[in-house]
Amino acid sequence: MKLEARARAVDPENVELESRLVDALRGGDERAFASVVDRYTPTMLRLARVYGVTAGAAEDVVQETWLRVLKSLDRFESRSSFRTWLFAIFANCARNRAGSDRRSVSVSTLDDAADSGIDESCFFAPQHPRWAGMWTTLVDSWETVPDERLLAGEARANLRTAVEALPARYAAVCVWRDIEGWSGDEVCGLLDLSPENQRVLLHRARTRLRAALEEYVSQVA
Amino acid sequence: MSPLQLSSCRDVVDLVTEYLEGGLPPDERLAFERHVAICPPCRGYLSQMRRVQQVAGSLSDDDVPERLRASLLEAFHDWKTTQR
Repeated sequence: MKLEARARAVDPENVELESRLVDALRGGDERAFASVVDRYTPTMLRLARVYGVTAGAAEDVVQETWLRVLKSLDRFESRSSFRTWLFAIFANCARNRAGSDRRSVSVSTLDDAADSGIDESCFFAPQHPRWAGMWTTLVDSWETVPDERLLAGEARANLRTAVEALPARYAAVCVWRDIEGWSGDEVCGLLDLSPENQRVLLHRARTRLRAALEEYVSQVA
Repeated sequence: MSPLQLSSCRDVVDLVTEYLEGGLPPDERLAFERHVAICPPCRGYLSQMRRVQQVAGSLSDDDVPERLRASLLEAFHDWKTTQR
């Protein structure tokens, strides 16, 4: 397997592949390093603001993270996955930077007063004698929208902008769950969230992303 | 809300992530699926939420800014040199 593919395949359950990847990094394999940089750096840049890091400082935090990773590679043990270890280092770097800027954001607290992201005008009022809580509008399933269109540059750019516009705590869960594909348990552990709060944050994030994508689809349809 | 009957589309919208995460108890899951089976707008909404996950997943392929990437690879080269 090529190293690039190997890095993408890294999975907490795939200890052997991960161990080979770490060995390649320790051995100075530049292609292996490029592959993990390509794989994880966009996520770090997306998540820096979750820790309160300004956009201008995000690349510095990423640089510092990778330098620390290289310096600590000999101490990495396979008890945790490479990506969990990597993002723990990233979180420390980001928190240190944000702490010095006094901008840190708490991800673990849930703002219950936050609005759900749902446009309530899409539903009949709870007091409606016959249609309480039913849709007032048609909802297109997007089945007629081809995958190629939704996965094309413009739709992805639209969604990328919507992710950037999410409140930081929603973005944290959304990026790890839906963009990076981490499990709910992993995200709860990383962000010190209860499973219930993790699901609420994910729900609010997805609700907003759906609304953004719906707006895009309605414009191009 | 009665456990075997989702009373409204608004309930479906509130529970959609719980459903997709497999977090609904069996009776509520059944009620959810029964509602969606007979409600085209809710079926559309569920389909949209799945497509959102699909498009979000595609963002993991984003590129690293070229200047940053070059700088990181240079740092790796320097680190490798000091290891020898």
